[in-house]
Amino acid sequence: MGEIRLMKGNEALAEAMIRVGCDAYFGYPITPQSEVLEYLSEQDPMSRTGMVILQAESEVAAINMVHGAAGCGKRVITTSSSPGISLMQEGISYMAAAEIPCVIANVIRGGPGLGTIQPSQSDYFQAVKGGGHGDYKLIVLAPSTVQEMVNHVKQGFELAEKYRTPVMLLADGAIGQMMEKVELFPQIPRKKDSELPQEWATTGRGDRKLRNFITSLNIQPEKMEEINLHLQEKYRTIEANEVQYEANNLEGAEYIFTGFGMGARICNKAAELGRAKGYKIGVIRPITLYPFPVAIYNDVASKVKGIFDVEMNAGQMVEDVKLAVSGKTRVEFYGRMGGMIPSPEEILENFEKIFIK
Amino acid sequence: MNEHIIKDENLVYKKPSTLLDVPMHYCPGCGHGTVHKVLMEVIEEMGIASETIGVAPVGCSVFAYNYMNVDMQQAPHGRACAFGTGIKRVMPDRYVFTYQGDGDLAAIGTGETIHAASRGENILTIFINNGIYGMTSGQMAPTTLPGMKSTTSPRGRDVETMGYPLVITNLLAQLPGVAYLTRHSVHKVANVRRLKKAIMKGFEYQKQGLGYCLIEVVTNCPSNMKMSALAANEFVEQHMLPYYPLGDIKTPEEK
Repeated sequence: MGEIRLMKGNEALAEAMIRVGCDAYFGYPITPQSEVLEYLSEQDPMSRTGMVILQAESEVAAINMVHGAAGCGKRVITTSSSPGISLMQEGISYMAAAEIPCVIANVIRGGPGLGTIQPSQSDYFQAVKGGGHGDYKLIVLAPSTVQEMVNHVKQGFELAEKYRTPVMLLADGAIGQMMEKVELFPQIPRKKDSELPQEWATTGRGDRKLRNFITSLNIQPEKMEEINLHLQEKYRTIEANEVQYEANNLEGAEYIFTGFGMGARICNKAAELGRAKGYKIGVIRPITLYPFPVAIYNDVASKVKGIFDVEMNAGQMVEDVKLAVSGKTRVEFYGRMGGMIPSPEEILENFEKIFIK
Repeated sequence: MNEHIIKDENLVYKKPSTLLDVPMHYCPGCGHGTVHKVLMEVIEEMGIASETIGVAPVGCSVFAYNYMNVDMQQAPHGRACAFGTGIKRVMPDRYVFTYQGDGDLAAIGTGETIHAASRGENILTIFINNGIYGMTSGQMAPTTLPGMKSTTSPRGRDVETMGYPLVITNLLAQLPGVAYLTRHSVHKVANVRRLKKAIMKGFEYQKQGLGYCLIEVVTNCPSNMKMSALAANEFVEQHMLPYYPLGDIKTPEEK
């Protein structure tokens, strides 16, 4: 068993970065995730593992520092919250195109615009559907506990490096700010320079005769289409192999409650209250939002009377649920916006209003 | 070609081995080719090709990685100095340079340039100032001279409405993180030689960890200036150099 601590989500995220053997963190302060850089600054990871931290002049600069450093084959991460993640989209698109592994955490706050500093899930579309320009996808992990904040940093880098792609952790202000018991994994040593991937990374030519170069530019359409086809093939492989979800009480269920991250936690409680009243309710929580767990929804669709999707937004993941069930069952949505968090009782009440009465 | 005469004993001049043997896409008479060559000569002569990482911009020199046989990354428009920062911070024993045009460095990337300089990042920036957007074919740049015509200032740059040229190299001089600022040109052989010495100094200073170094190269753009190469060089001499005078602006001794 690893070390057990009581930690704030943002601090656990920062501690996990150091322990996973990150080489660098570049970021810019924004509520509700400023504790990440504060915790790192206090910890002085350079003295612990040799990890670089740097407060950039903007999120735009931060993501491009990530690109430069991760392009050297190093483990590099950044975090931000919604408006900052919007600023990073160009850089994320470049990294997806140039196949640069890295991890980006979005501790979502309510939008649109400057919005609010309260928790929200309104960046689902941005994270899952691409976000920046061009046809690309990010692997998107949605933690629902402080423990998962930690686990997903490790898993995020494993997936990023396996598929040479940026991975996004899609958390929200509540998970970032709340404190929970967390088990930390032991320190993983940072990669040595001799272990950097010589087949693509810009490490300095060393003994290689020919340079490595990283670019997302190809002005010949035939070649650019080839690159796109290669990316799409990679996404199909990811869809086939990397789906993660959690499900409970599916056996004999007449209704499915579903949501992700914080929304799913509340759904679980609401389902519990519902079962106590005699409703047969199962819960599905996607852990990977991309790749989306299409099969399980499609599977249960023919067995249940309906799926009730709850999110802290105007209804984003619900579109993917509808695509997954392909008309086989009724899918309804309930959500709160602008930093409001629905209560379990509120969810159950709305479920009854929509499905029972 | 006359391959029979290309023998070691006859050789008085050759392309540096750090420059790849592929045709360049630059227009005839353009200064980029010369600057590429001089930069690669320095890297060859200093013996640092295996430990150098370059950053190409968006602009005419976006394809610099096609010609330079050193590891390179191509940055989004304006972000080369952020790339350079990221690279140098995780690979502090490598030589890192960015190669950027005026639009890249002094318009869209002004923030990244100033902050990398202010932090005293140990990187070398080669800044190509030809007073025009070359790649997008001739729009006004932050460095376009007052009265100078471009496709977006067809009646000449009117400073009342379009603002003044940004003399960014001088602007950087007041930053304590900056070690070396110097302005050069490649329109004459003597100037090319001086540029070469400056680039060598830039890498030397980086080795010593003195701080941010930037070498501005005032040059031409014959295609978009709609001039012959010679006339474009004349224009550089007569109009650009008075506005952007050559010479050192800051040296490590003054830091």
